[in-house]
Amino acid sequence: MPLLESLGSDLIEALIGLLMIPIGLLPDSLSAPFEYRFMQRALLTSVLVGAICGLLSSFVVLKRWSLLGDAISHAVLPGVAIAYLLGWPFFIGAFITGALTSLGIGAIERHTRIKSDAAMGLMFTAAFALGIVIISKIASSTHLMHILFGNVLGVQTSALMLTLLAGVIAILAIWLAYRPLLLYTFDPQQAQALGFNIGLIHYGLILLLTLTIVASLETVGIILVVAMLITPGATAHLLTDRFKPMLAIAVLVGIISAVAGLLLSFHLDVASGGAIVLVATALFCLALIAAPKHGLLVRVWRRNRLQE
Amino acid sequence: MTDTPAIEARRLCAAYHRQPVLTDITLALPAGQWTAIVGPNGAGKSSLLKVVTGSLQPLSGELRILGGSANQQRRAGKIAYMAQQEQMEWDFPVSVRETVMTGRYGLMRQDPWWQRLMPDHWANPAHRRAVEEALEAVDMRDHAAGPIGELSGGQKKRVMLARALAQQADILLLDEPLAGVDPPSERLILDMLERERRAGRTIIMVTHDLPSARRHADQVALINQTLVGMGPPAEMLSDAMLAQLAVGVAPRSTAGGVRAAA
Ligand SMILES: Nc1ncnc2c1ncn2[C@@H]1O[C@H](COP(=O)(O)OP(=O)(O)OP(=O)(O)O)[C@@H](O)[C@H]1O
Ligand SMILES: [Mg+2]
Repeated sequence: MPLLESLGSDLIEALIGLLMIPIGLLPDSLSAPFEYRFMQRALLTSVLVGAICGLLSSFVVLKRWSLLGDAISHAVLPGVAIAYLLGWPFFIGAFITGALTSLGIGAIERHTRIKSDAAMGLMFTAAFALGIVIISKIASSTHLMHILFGNVLGVQTSALMLTLLAGVIAILAIWLAYRPLLLYTFDPQQAQALGFNIGLIHYGLILLLTLTIVASLETVGIILVVAMLITPGATAHLLTDRFKPMLAIAVLVGIISAVAGLLLSFHLDVASGGAIVLVATALFCLALIAAPKHGLLVRVWRRNRLQE
Repeated sequence: MTDTPAIEARRLCAAYHRQPVLTDITLALPAGQWTAIVGPNGAGKSSLLKVVTGSLQPLSGELRILGGSANQQRRAGKIAYMAQQEQMEWDFPVSVRETVMTGRYGLMRQDPWWQRLMPDHWANPAHRRAVEEALEAVDMRDHAAGPIGELSGGQKKRVMLARALAQQADILLLDEPLAGVDPPSERLILDMLERERRAGRTIIMVTHDLPSARRHADQVALINQTLVGMGPPAEMLSDAMLAQLAVGVAPRSTAGGVRAAA
């Protein structure tokens, strides 16, 4: 364990050093905040969170899992609270209740006549309520605010390590299982006919989603993390008709939003989660208007040309 | 060719949420032949194919594919499946060529691991060749680089068929491959299926196109919740049999009969 930890902090140092190279090229007014140690760590966290959220968001958007993402992210709260009570690292509790809730949703959906959106709404509000009740009893309200809305400027080493680990796992999993994941997302019936283990892929993807949400908690917070799991993917979907470029664009949108949001949060002294999501939404609006093929401008222009 | 049937079902029952769609189906579809499955809307033809592909779990009964366990044969890539097209996600960001390549994904499990991590254009040349041949066979080479969302209904059908072909599987399960295609494409598809049968493949085709079934199928299976009859086309597609099919002879259910009569 100590070996792993020192390896982790070495890796973090190396990555921060790497990130500082492009930062050095920026004008002083932009690069000045990164003199601070906490800003360097916040930057690395933002880049990582933006990248993994962006990566997963393509799957969430194409699989229509937005509500599921929202459900898991809310269901994480009681886990955080219980972990706080027991003195565990928060992400262990978060991961457990997030995963349990997604399994519970699947079970309700399969074995009762309740439809999936109702099953999700029911489970996640219940879990969230439990979390609120526990937290209102134990923790100070600032702590609650940070969990709910994120605080990337105060990110701790343990959370940074977790984010790094989640990033490595997500990238490896998607790279190694790229084709099964693509086929499952695109056409599950075909995946089934080719003998792929649908259940394994389905729950694997859900666990990956839960891991991403937990890893993003300190940065964007429970309430807003789902935006980072939808907006980058939706933006990328407007910009391309290919899957791999879509993954790449979504990752890029995620990173840009996270970094720009971090800067806004620093300069304007506003909540980091909100700032990040607003930047992502602005990028989405830009794509909506100006996308080369599916954008509004092109559509208007095409319609006018047809009428001539 | 041995006598092992391509698909063998014994007392097969299946249901969606306890509502039965298939009851007590016992049949053996011979390998290397062309079988047409005929029955009214809602008869459970698509559901039967879904049981074979594994997306609908049977409640009871036994299913064997080429003499082996169904799951094992699916994993071995023996079953190529073309679904009825309403169930597909057509605005998915993939090109026509990538879509056809997904038909090879099962076989790619047998490639060495480093080849499996490569993008499509560096994949094993056998896969790429099979994809190009399949695109050629359905005359869709010109659209290969475009997104699937921009195809017409008949073109979509041909792409889905190309994907099934590219798999070079022993058994082709086709759910209404002729619905909604223009006459030249219909000719193209039927000729192509004739070639596949001559190459020794088993063709199982759900269809409402009785003239094509009469002309091409070796036998016809009449399905209306249960197996109403199976035999040569001339016999099965006679007026008497078709009348019996429409009424439905499902012994333990009135649902099929009511639906067909309504
Ligand atoms: N996903 C589903 N959930 C619940 N019921 C279903 C589902 N799919 C089909 N059914 C029901 O099962 C019955 C058989 O459907 P199936 O699609 O197998 O019919 P089919 O013979 O293929 O009809 P068609 O000729 O219209 O394609 C129908 O009554 C249908 O309502
Ligand atoms: Mg059907």
